[in-house]
Amino acid sequence: MRAARIAAAVLALVLAGAGPAAAEKLVISLSSSRVLITPNFTGAELVLFGSVERDAQTVARHGGYDIVVTVTGPRETVTTFRKARVFGIWVNAQSRTFVRPPSYLAVLANRQINDIADLDTLRRTQTGLARTLLPQEISGDIGDSTRGDPFRQAFLRLKVEHGLYREQQNAVTFLTPALFRATVPLPDNVPTGIYEIDVKLFGDGALLTRSPTAFEIVKVGFEQFVAGAARDHGILYGLATTLMALLTGWFASVVFRKD
Amino acid sequence: MQIYLPIAELPVNVLLILFMGLAVGFISGMFGIGGGFLMTPLLIFIGIAPAVAVASVASHVAASSFSGAITYWRRRALDPALAAMLLVGGLIGTTAGVWLFTLLRAIGQLDLTIGLSYLILLSAVGGMMVVESLRAIIRAREGKPAEVRRPGSHMWIHGLPLKMRFKTSKIYVSVIPICTIGFIIGFIGAIMGIGGGFLLVPALIYIIRVPTGVVIGTSMVLTLVTMAYATVMHAATNHLVDAVLALILMIGGVIGAQFGARAGQRFSSEQLRLLLGILVLAVGLRFAFDLVVQPADLFTVRTIEGLP
Repeated sequence: MRAARIAAAVLALVLAGAGPAAAEKLVISLSSSRVLITPNFTGAELVLFGSVERDAQTVARHGGYDIVVTVTGPRETVTTFRKARVFGIWVNAQSRTFVRPPSYLAVLANRQINDIADLDTLRRTQTGLARTLLPQEISGDIGDSTRGDPFRQAFLRLKVEHGLYREQQNAVTFLTPALFRATVPLPDNVPTGIYEIDVKLFGDGALLTRSPTAFEIVKVGFEQFVAGAARDHGILYGLATTLMALLTGWFASVVFRKD
Repeated sequence: MQIYLPIAELPVNVLLILFMGLAVGFISGMFGIGGGFLMTPLLIFIGIAPAVAVASVASHVAASSFSGAITYWRRRALDPALAAMLLVGGLIGTTAGVWLFTLLRAIGQLDLTIGLSYLILLSAVGGMMVVESLRAIIRAREGKPAEVRRPGSHMWIHGLPLKMRFKTSKIYVSVIPICTIGFIIGFIGAIMGIGGGFLLVPALIYIIRVPTGVVIGTSMVLTLVTMAYATVMHAATNHLVDAVLALILMIGGVIGAQFGARAGQRFSSEQLRLLLGILVLAVGLRFAFDLVVQPADLFTVRTIEGLP
């Protein structure tokens, strides 16, 4: 136990770059740091390129490298409801509120995540959808939900059905043993905001290094103008919409006037 | 042909939305109703958030009822004094309804309330309309004269004080029931996201005894003002009105309404009431089905708040 702890501490030092220059480094680059939402936006795909940098002292990895890319969208507060029959009708009887889970979450890997490292390592590094922390609020207290919790499972399942959460085994491709490419799929219902990307490099079942990057999804042009007006000048926007409605109605009555 | 909706935050097919506007507009023109009770569930069905759907449909209903109201005004088939009295109650009712809407949303029972209101109201009103119009049609078939309004058959409502003469409608009636009806329609409309024309028309005919000729035009004025008011309120408080969605809906809606109004003239008023009754009843039963039958998925997720 103590040996393991020391080993972990040493590993942490090595990862922090304080040790000898023996560890791998990740160099990553995104195809775009801004995804623009225009009137014809129907989803997008970002491509992430990365390379594993080694030097002469880096130890050889027999099992090769594994990459897990985790993309986390802006956080929101979500309530999951469970229906139950009350007096013969189905009503939302129970609910759990998840505290600031990501609105979008994609875990992309080059092979089965369970084969990349052992469960303990995966859990510690929060790798994979099933091991994501999803704290929930239960009667005022905030605690992490257990894996078997039906509300947690339902939340993950529904998010996957909406296309906002995903775990893909084959989304990372190694072009050469040290150069990889990952495709980040962004469905048409993605929320706008800052998306964080965490690229983890595994070798021989251990986390070797990780590297963060980020991109942004923004509305531009007309979309931005409308959304901005609705948010900042609510009453004016409402009056303008009403005026538009009246003009449309008047126009129709003029065009279709019979006499 | 896809277009991204800036407030609903998802792309939709323009032609599909336009077609929905046309179809609902046709029905609203035919029966002289706003069509909100059909449009709101349809939008929710294609994936638009319920709150955005309710808020955007309000402006769509305002557009189609304005178009209709102008047509009825040209034919002098609306009663401005009656509409004004209805509006007094209607605007107070809308304000009260929005207040309850916010309260129910805070305690998490809004969906159930909306579902139950749709179920009870639509089934009851639809059922009554079907029965009443079937009776009238059967009577007509048997060659008996239509039930005539006898001067002596006044209800207790006609004995209330604060009587006022409505020249266009040729009725002399207390303003109390009129304001009350306006209040109820505004209140229910704000909670259910509907204009309430399908409730107002029978209420005016059966309770106030307004002549059928001016009922639809007058009802459209109330719908127009409450829905325009609701659009501004939704935009100011919740920022959920999607102007792009609303514009596509209203273009389809006003065109459909014109054809609907022409189609409506081919039917007798009993037949129209029967058709509308069946339609209202069908939507009510659809909500009953959702509430009574075990849903395929017991779980739902709802975003409570976005970014801070």
